Amino acid sequence: MLKDITLGQYFPIESPVHSMDPRIKIIITLVFIIAIFFIKSLWGFVAVALYVIFAVKLSRVSFKLVLKGIRPILFLIIFTALINLFMTNGEIVNIGGVPLKAGFLKITKEGFYSATVMSLRLVFLVMGTSILTLTTSPILLTDGVEKLLSPFSKIGLPAHELAMMMTIALRFIPTLLEETDKIMKAQMARGADFESGNIINRAKALIPILVPLFISSFRRADELAVAMECRCYRGGKGRTRLNELKIGTRDWIACLSMLTFMAVIVLINMYL
Amino acid sequence: MIEIQNLTYSYDRADDKVGGLALNGINLTVNDGEFVAVLGRNGSGKSTLAKHINAILLPMGGYVYVDGMDTLDESKTWDIRQSAAMVFQNPDNQIVATIVEEDVAFAAENLGVPPDEIRRRVDYALGAVGMTKFRKEAPHLLSGGQKQRIAIAGVIAMKPKTIVFDEPTAMLDPSGRKEVMKTITELNRKYGITIIMITHNMDEAVCADRVVVVDKGRIIIDDKPRNVFSDVDKMRRIGLDVPQATQIAFELKKAGLDIKCDILDEQECVEEIIKLCR
Repeated sequence: MLKDITLGQYFPIESPVHSMDPRIKIIITLVFIIAIFFIKSLWGFVAVALYVIFAVKLSRVSFKLVLKGIRPILFLIIFTALINLFMTNGEIVNIGGVPLKAGFLKITKEGFYSATVMSLRLVFLVMGTSILTLTTSPILLTDGVEKLLSPFSKIGLPAHELAMMMTIALRFIPTLLEETDKIMKAQMARGADFESGNIINRAKALIPILVPLFISSFRRADELAVAMECRCYRGGKGRTRLNELKIGTRDWIACLSMLTFMAVIVLINMYL
Repeated sequence: MIEIQNLTYSYDRADDKVGGLALNGINLTVNDGEFVAVLGRNGSGKSTLAKHINAILLPMGGYVYVDGMDTLDESKTWDIRQSAAMVFQNPDNQIVATIVEEDVAFAAENLGVPPDEIRRRVDYALGAVGMTKFRKEAPHLLSGGQKQRIAIAGVIAMKPKTIVFDEPTAMLDPSGRKEVMKTITELNRKYGITIIMITHNMDEAVCADRVVVVDKGRIIIDDKPRNVFSDVDKMRRIGLDVPQATQIAFELKKAGLDIKCDILDEQECVEEIIKLCR
């Protein structure tokens, strides 16, 4: 059962967005995030919404999947919206001559406006990044990060090492989950109880799982290191790749669309 | 060609007395294209010997030459590892990448091979172990035997002359063992790769051209499998088994039947027993 877990939330289908260069996708996503924080008017969000819809359609991923990313932070969105709604100073809203004010809580026009803007920002932030992770496999994502960070290796940033660590971590997640499952079953067969008792007792019951898991991870790490050295691994220097990243026409078109989007946002900010 | 001359090694540097040596004066020459099985009990030094062949461990005394390159020469370490590759026991702890073909490419990438040549080598290596159709799979979804074949493909992509296997089937189920053994014999017969295989399993040792028995850090037998296993008493004294078929023949002979003792596999054993019944 644990074997079936998917790594990240990559959705493996073929689409123009999937086959884009991961570096370009990461950059576009970053620019998109920055753009969202510059938007002041609601018209700006109309442009953002159109852009996101366009990207989702192009990626052939279902909207439901993209929206699913919002669920874990729904609480955060509601919380931010409420704080903004009740705590912003400004002109208090009257309904039928009754001012909406109780103690230090009040509903103001400005509060209503900033609550909407803040929640829209968060929603589009998650949707934008979801498109990136849904259309890019973890391995391409790490490749992209490695290539983007490689100019900084001159000032001592270990770009290749970071990417290698991420790849190995991804590779070993299912293996370690399987092992945890095995150890848990072995402990349960000998009468260990993981389900009853209060939180402290349950946390204590985890120690006999974590200790063997740690020990075996160290053993694995040692064996993997030897196996990697046997396959002539000696760091990132002089390494080539099976699939070299290439920036194609598709990527330039995507960049162009991003620039157009930015221009629209700037214009809206200036005139609307 | 692998040449080992008077090799000694101890894991405990302070312990210089003879009893503390993991390897004590090993002399062994393996010619190109040979298939050598190395047998021995736990702690006999057979894994230590294997690790000397691709310079993971360096000799404390004596020399190891891989294709004429001395393993003590640090400038040659990577050439040696490319020429004499190594596959370990646990396939899970050898696979680096999350996609089969990326993992097979790993060694070639480390050697700085150009991308289109890596592609050719990956296809060749996956073909050699019969895993081409799994090239886009995630390794954790494969069976033990399949994972081990991926690990083998991963070293074949370096185009080694020799592959050292350190108990490659010890963690596999019977069908996985069969797959991996078939792959190993094929690499030797069809692709001409020299094989040095450390093993516990006598039935696997039978596949080799030559069996080397290590005990207490010394080579005590070096002969053809048929000659090695026919001396059942000697093998038992060392603390090793013989293949099941050999054992049956041996017991029958002890019971007074007229059967020859140098039987290695089931087929031969069946034929001999039928001969007896006539």
